[in-house]
Amino acid sequence: MKRWINKRPSRSLAVALGIIPFLLIMALYQWESVNRKAENPNDKLLPSVSEFQSAIDRLAFTPSKRTGEYLFWQDTVSSLKRLLMGVLCAAAIGLIIGLITGAIPLIGANLNPIVTAISLIPPMAILPLLFITFGLGELSKVMLIIIGITPFLIRDLYQRTKDIPSEQLVKAQTLGANSFQIINRVLLPQVLPRLIDALRLSLGTAWLFLIAAEAIAATEGLGYRIFLVRRYLSMDVILPYVVWITFLAFILDWLLINASKKVFPWYHAVK
Amino acid sequence: MSNDQITFHRVEKSYGDNLILENINCKVKQGEFITMVGASGCGKSTFLKMLLGIESQSSGDILLEGQPIVPEPSEERGIVFQRYSVFPHLTVKQNVAIAKEFEQSLIGRLFGSKRKQALEEAEKWLDAVGLLHAKDKYPHELSGGMQQRLAIAQALIKHPKVLLLDEPFGALDPGIRKEMHKLVLDLWEKYQLTIFMVTHDLEEGFYLGTRLWVFDKVRHDPHAPNRYGSTITFDLPVGQTDNKSYHEIEQSLSLNVATA
Repeated sequence: MKRWINKRPSRSLAVALGIIPFLLIMALYQWESVNRKAENPNDKLLPSVSEFQSAIDRLAFTPSKRTGEYLFWQDTVSSLKRLLMGVLCAAAIGLIIGLITGAIPLIGANLNPIVTAISLIPPMAILPLLFITFGLGELSKVMLIIIGITPFLIRDLYQRTKDIPSEQLVKAQTLGANSFQIINRVLLPQVLPRLIDALRLSLGTAWLFLIAAEAIAATEGLGYRIFLVRRYLSMDVILPYVVWITFLAFILDWLLINASKKVFPWYHAVK
Repeated sequence: MSNDQITFHRVEKSYGDNLILENINCKVKQGEFITMVGASGCGKSTFLKMLLGIESQSSGDILLEGQPIVPEPSEERGIVFQRYSVFPHLTVKQNVAIAKEFEQSLIGRLFGSKRKQALEEAEKWLDAVGLLHAKDKYPHELSGGMQQRLAIAQALIKHPKVLLLDEPFGALDPGIRKEMHKLVLDLWEKYQLTIFMVTHDLEEGFYLGTRLWVFDKVRHDPHAPNRYGSTITFDLPVGQTDNKSYHEIEQSLSLNVATA
């Protein structure tokens, strides 16, 4: 008999094995929900499927009585806008500073200590500062995401730039390249797919900061809605929102990895 | 001025108390093919690095055409490493053409007709190393031997005064290695190159070079192994070598390996 470490599932078995935990959780939920409802028909903690349906229908497919907007989609759009703005700004800053500090030792010596120091500040601790400085509008929420993930991106890309074999830099120099040309043609293109890797890792953190900021000061957004209806113990709204956020996070990750495979085939083939 | 292309005069290299090379004196003429052998840690790679400009000598002079050598890598010296010397994110053709792009564009990227011209010249050099059929592939799609052919084509497009090879075929299969030997000899003859090649294969050194250098320590202090550095102990015109000196060198190398 083969050792356990050598047994590999076939493709269909792998899919089946992967689905089982999802089904188990759903079954467990359904069972508990039915139990609780049998005891107390007004139980709010574990709503039934029909309650979910009506909550989703109310928020996503019926215009709000007060504003005439579809709250669910409005929340989604404003949250995604904040998230993407924050992540894109952070990516741009992280790429530029990480690449330059990794490529040019003099600038690295100049900026690395301050980047390390900033990265140690817990971003949530300076959230009040952001609200005071940038107001309670969109800017402070986007800034929280930027401050939250940029130091990680800078440090990661600094390391990725350093990791590029020095043989390549020597080779480029013997081909007559100056520093700027080496950064532009040798380092930058090779760091871009690594930026996508780093972004995928930091997206979870970005969501965390987004929802935290929305929970504290916002008038719309996925995080705002969750914390608003918490007061009424509206699990029928909270749970679908959580599932939706999870789904959005999955889609963003999927888009990033697939874009990377398409644009940088050489990177994924080497790995 | 003499017709020596490269001169080492009393060159010494140490890292702290660790003396690697001492008393290196040599003159090399244009068109010579120097092969360098020695036990590991004998300093032959350090010698090559000084020639390349990524290490500088602790004392002494290194002259290239009568001028002190530039202490960083430059266009005068081409290099082929054992690994990692091609750009993984560029196709074969782009890997060679990029030298032209560095030369003609401030940002290192050409467009339109100039780009086409650069790519055409690149194809010429790919043809010279027998890699034209793979011009649109990425390096990861090439075998080890083909990657080294590409690295050679990259270096040749710059017409370097000196071509440095750092154990270029060390990772290749014996059959492929034979093909590469033939290629290097052909190119050396055709383009009148000056070649320095580090190898750990003595036979390869004898077969390829016009001149074989052996790096070894002449003095040993058993209590302080780093007290003395290596120097060039044999400098043989390989064309005239007899079996006796081959075995003599082989023996000194294997002795070193045994004591290392």
